Amino acid sequence: MSTISLHDTHNHDSHDDHGHHKETFLTKYVFSQDHKMIAKQFLITGIIMAVIAMGLSILFRLQLAWPDTNFPILETFLGTWAEGGRIKPDFYLALVTIHGTIMVFFVLTAGLSGTFSNLLIPLQIGARDMASPFLNMLSYWFFFGACVIMMSSFFIQTGPASAGWTVYPPLSALPTAIKGSALGMTLWLISMIMFVASSLMGGINYVSTVLNMRTKGMDLWKMPLTIWAFFLTAILGILSFPVLVAGVVLLIFDRSFGTSFYLSDIVMGTQVLPNEGGSPILWQHLFWFLGHPEVYIVIMPALGISSEVISVNSRKPIFGYHAMIYSLIGITVLSFIVWGHHMFVTGMNPLLGGVFMITTLIIAVPSAVKTFNYLATLWRGNIKFTPAMLFAIGLVSFFISGGLTGIFLGNASLDINLHDTYFVVAHFHLVMGSAAIFGMLAGVYHWYPKMFGRMMSSKLGYLHFWLTFISAYLVFFPLHFLGLDGVPRRYYAFTEFEFMQKWLTVNVFVTWAAIIGALAQVAFLWNFFYNIFRGKKAPQNPWESNTLEWTTPVEHLHGNWPGEIPTVYRWPYDYSKPGSEADFIPQTVPFSQTMSSNMPHDFEGNTESERIQREWEAKNVPATEKLD
Amino acid sequence: MSLRKFISNKTIAALAVILTAFASTSAFAQAAGAAAETVAKPVDMGPVYKTVIFYTMAFLLLCLFVAIIGKALKVYELTREAQDKPKGINWNTVNGTLFALFLIVGLYGVYWEYTVHGKMILPEAASEHGAKIDQMFNITLIITTIVFIATHIILFAFAYFYKNTGKRKAYYYPHNNALERIWTIVPALVLTVLVLMGFLTWRSIFYKIEDPNNKPLSIEITSSQFSWAIRYPGADGIVGVKNYKLINGVNQLGIDFKDKNTLDDQMADEMVIPVNKPVRLILTSKDVLHSFYMPHFRIQLNTVPGMTSYFEFTPTITTEEMKAKTNDPKFAYLFLCAKICGEGHYKMQKEVRVVSQAEYEAWVKKQGTYLTDDLRKEFGLPVTAAPAPAAAKPADSVAKDTSAVKTNQLALKK
Repeated sequence: MSTISLHDTHNHDSHDDHGHHKETFLTKYVFSQDHKMIAKQFLITGIIMAVIAMGLSILFRLQLAWPDTNFPILETFLGTWAEGGRIKPDFYLALVTIHGTIMVFFVLTAGLSGTFSNLLIPLQIGARDMASPFLNMLSYWFFFGACVIMMSSFFIQTGPASAGWTVYPPLSALPTAIKGSALGMTLWLISMIMFVASSLMGGINYVSTVLNMRTKGMDLWKMPLTIWAFFLTAILGILSFPVLVAGVVLLIFDRSFGTSFYLSDIVMGTQVLPNEGGSPILWQHLFWFLGHPEVYIVIMPALGISSEVISVNSRKPIFGYHAMIYSLIGITVLSFIVWGHHMFVTGMNPLLGGVFMITTLIIAVPSAVKTFNYLATLWRGNIKFTPAMLFAIGLVSFFISGGLTGIFLGNASLDINLHDTYFVVAHFHLVMGSAAIFGMLAGVYHWYPKMFGRMMSSKLGYLHFWLTFISAYLVFFPLHFLGLDGVPRRYYAFTEFEFMQKWLTVNVFVTWAAIIGALAQVAFLWNFFYNIFRGKKAPQNPWESNTLEWTTPVEHLHGNWPGEIPTVYRWPYDYSKPGSEADFIPQTVPFSQTMSSNMPHDFEGNTESERIQREWEAKNVPATEKLD
Repeated sequence: MSLRKFISNKTIAALAVILTAFASTSAFAQAAGAAAETVAKPVDMGPVYKTVIFYTMAFLLLCLFVAIIGKALKVYELTREAQDKPKGINWNTVNGTLFALFLIVGLYGVYWEYTVHGKMILPEAASEHGAKIDQMFNITLIITTIVFIATHIILFAFAYFYKNTGKRKAYYYPHNNALERIWTIVPALVLTVLVLMGFLTWRSIFYKIEDPNNKPLSIEITSSQFSWAIRYPGADGIVGVKNYKLINGVNQLGIDFKDKNTLDDQMADEMVIPVNKPVRLILTSKDVLHSFYMPHFRIQLNTVPGMTSYFEFTPTITTEEMKAKTNDPKFAYLFLCAKICGEGHYKMQKEVRVVSQAEYEAWVKKQGTYLTDDLRKEFGLPVTAAPAPAAAKPADSVAKDTSAVKTNQLALKK
């Protein structure tokens, strides 16, 4: 800690004098150690991966909608995987698997946490950079490596991993069971280990930065909710990701060195495998011990971002700041003891099913509190519909719609008939897919001026929002009913079952909605990349926001603030405070400058301040509107 | 650092990105082209490329259209500004109104979904415990639908009514502990009720007390890539022992015929079960994970290699009755695989028929045994022997299960 701050002051005070250490293209854009640049690297990599994963989803949606139609164009691009223009069953499963893996890990974990934790933690708590810029750089490059390795599996003969994103053994362990479990699965596992290493380096950095490097006056209870969310997310990641590595290493052993951690009593065709004594259920425990916290790793940063965006654009303090934090903490703690709800029907002891059902439904309480607090924040607000605000409201809507179906799935008895059906697909695509991606997009629209010093077009943003919002509902809402009809997920075609025929037209509809949703992203991509170079220059504080990042110069500089780091005096949510002229009071404004709007609880029991305030009021109150 | 340098660096970066992207696309195209050549299928690609080009052009045209509208809006706003008139389009009002519109259309859409697609879902449960699950489902559905509609009305109505008009200031309202308490405690209470009901239902499904007068019929299901094998216990009512190490081309399930309980075990092509009689499923897997899913009966349990799981249920509606209820003469019960298991995952199914006790008995007599002459030779059993000690005991008499090779698990405690 002391070394950090020493280094920090030194680095800073002499900042203007000794000019810059020489920056080359390589150190500035590639191997950058500046948190703002790393954030941009994470974001752009995340966007590229998102586009790829979205493309994969369109491919398998085509197959589902038109299982009997040839698309020769697919053969042109996919070669033998789409012979005659029809995607093959094993490649279909590969598409599903890689779509899930990329979206969950590379887009919604690294792309979301990586971008906004990196960008906002130092800027919002008032730090020059991350605790360890070098580790931060490594974190990005491990992530990049993981992406490259994952994508490289499309270029090998046997194709990418195709046992589903949860890669349950024995299917994922035996190349004889499915082609994707050959080299593709090995690449998947290596990529995942690199990814976890990247997440851990990132997470450790975020936690230590938040704990050690806050500026003067920034106590924990003055931090914006974004920071709280990133902080708790990082803790979740640090505690749960290593368990996945343990699971992955055991799977590598089973696959390559003949051990039997997950394998037992298996006969492929008539070939009896020698493995004995393992259990495939063990993998599921290890996987979901990460897997469930993972969905909160995905959604919590999105919730943090939307808290900030909703508060700023409603011009109101977030309702129940403390309750929001306690519910985040509640979610963090509870998310470690709910993983078993993914395993109600694995045949594990039914007693465990009962226990996990209780813990799972309890976690709905803090989630409900958060939702109601968002609604209360909007109440009697003065809402400005910036694109970021639209996406934040969209997030709340998805969080409700998807969260409520969680009450069905968390109930072990109901899960019997809903498990592994399209109901589950609809549930998680709304609550963690759409909601989290909307949180991410809200963040991009909101902090784009901070990242690139330029503004995005808000009109294109509106277009993007409405097309995406509507098409997401059109895609995922009907899928609930497929699930209620007992249609299992990951089916290559609905043609083999009589009772599924009636859903074929729905599939066509859903696919068209998905295509429209995908094309709508072009509006975003154009808006994003074009305005990096051609956008209108951003003003200092475009959204009239209170948080510290808007006190840094628009033009990025290493160390963030040209002079001393500003001191923080108040919480970040003093919007539309009665008695204040402006409808926002930045965190850096001391109470002595806002005598007319101070409230008794602002002083947190400091009697001296209260006395000064009382004296001032005795003199001035009749003149102000304080009495109203 | 000067702005110019900043821009030029960015331009270089962008150029680099574009170059790499271009290079990789062309490389990819070459690879794909090579792949296509090796396949060398005589497909007439002309019309196809035409349609692809057609759709691409249509999309580009649409983009152009959007761009033109964007420019027109900009020009309009600039002229308003130049003439010192108030802003032409108030986007806050537009978006607020769109939210209100979305609410109304959305509510209708939800109603439509519930009534149209809601009618296409599974018919009523055809098993005793399934009826309880359905009841639980309906209660949860009612509660969640109320919350869903109410919160969405609030959300979008607030968006509409509290949009910025430039005339108001927002109401400073940072917290209210009473409200917080209400919306912590109310969901907690509702969820407690749901948890309790769910817990009791769950217990009633998995912890069954056996009725000595109505002992369950044991049926063993073995999943493999990509088929199901059904084994009936035969006259002795016991599904005999099997051992995966004995699996070979002839003995596909690895039945250990040294166990005399196996001698009368019958194979079946479909699952036929008598109505109102408990059935005890013994679920095993030969290769990878599968999931035994019988949606009409609200049954699902994974089949796990190396572990046997059990599910007991009582069918209550015969196939014929269900045909009448659903008004579908082709209606058939079935079970299928719900856990990703390989490329044939989407095909794994078997038909289920629920019939009267008499029909069941007539059917089961016709089913052949697993024991064949080849297997007799392999296990050193007399080849000419009469087929199994038939009808030695009534089918009901034994409920003890000896089928599991391993008992390293417990899925069902009595």
